[in-house]
Amino acid sequence: MSERPLSPHVFHYKWAYTMTLSILHRVSGLALALGLIGLTAWLVSISLGGAQYAALQSVYLSWPLQILIAIAIVTLVYHFCNGVRHLAWDVGWGYERHQARRSAAIVVAATVIISVACLYFMFRHGAA
Amino acid sequence: MSLRTPLARVLNQGAAHDGVGHWVAERVTALALAPLSIWLLVALLSLPRSDYASISAWVASGWNPVWLSLTVLLAAWHSWLGVQMVVEDYVHSVLTKTLTLLLCAFVHALLAASGIYAVLRVALRVAP
Repeated sequence: MSERPLSPHVFHYKWAYTMTLSILHRVSGLALALGLIGLTAWLVSISLGGAQYAALQSVYLSWPLQILIAIAIVTLVYHFCNGVRHLAWDVGWGYERHQARRSAAIVVAATVIISVACLYFMFRHGAA
Repeated sequence: MSLRTPLARVLNQGAAHDGVGHWVAERVTALALAPLSIWLLVALLSLPRSDYASISAWVASGWNPVWLSLTVLLAAWHSWLGVQMVVEDYVHSVLTKTLTLLLCAFVHALLAASGIYAVLRVALRVAP
């Protein structure tokens, strides 16, 4: 293992806000893995019957869980927007520094706008 | 001087020998999840009622069981690939890494299987 080459550690670089988006992509992905547990539990409760669904639903409708669900929605929106950015890189688009910075700004703006719209609908209807 | 091309010299020199397949699968599942996650988010946020009868009818109606099963399957797959990569990057002890990777694989398989089973149960119970 010690023979393998090492690239410079991340803290040797001057911090750029594009690096924040990069690490947030990982953090949001990990958080969404936990969110998937919540979604699966919800589906399983529906399959178990009305009493089990109502029990889980009352937990999901409590304030702490509503906040967590709201965070999960924002997290999904961010991971989605930045994921599109990653797919664009994968086809070879947007590698120049000014392009990466502009697409980062677009991702942040899109995340804010789409999240606000989603949270508006969530709290207007009451969450699922 | 070797007559081997630079490409031939680096082929199969990676650590796990299947990195490209992992990379491609992560992108393919991401592409499929893009429309599915928009569909799920919009559908859940626009559900007018969240009582048991309405929700189980929604799960079972039309093509929803297909989209829901695909979403759970592909989200679990994509999540597994992503979490795996994070574990491989940050967990260095061979034993801890192996055990964590096994746990991730099993948890994601369980999530996919139980989510799809739940959707099918609801769909087959309510459908004609």
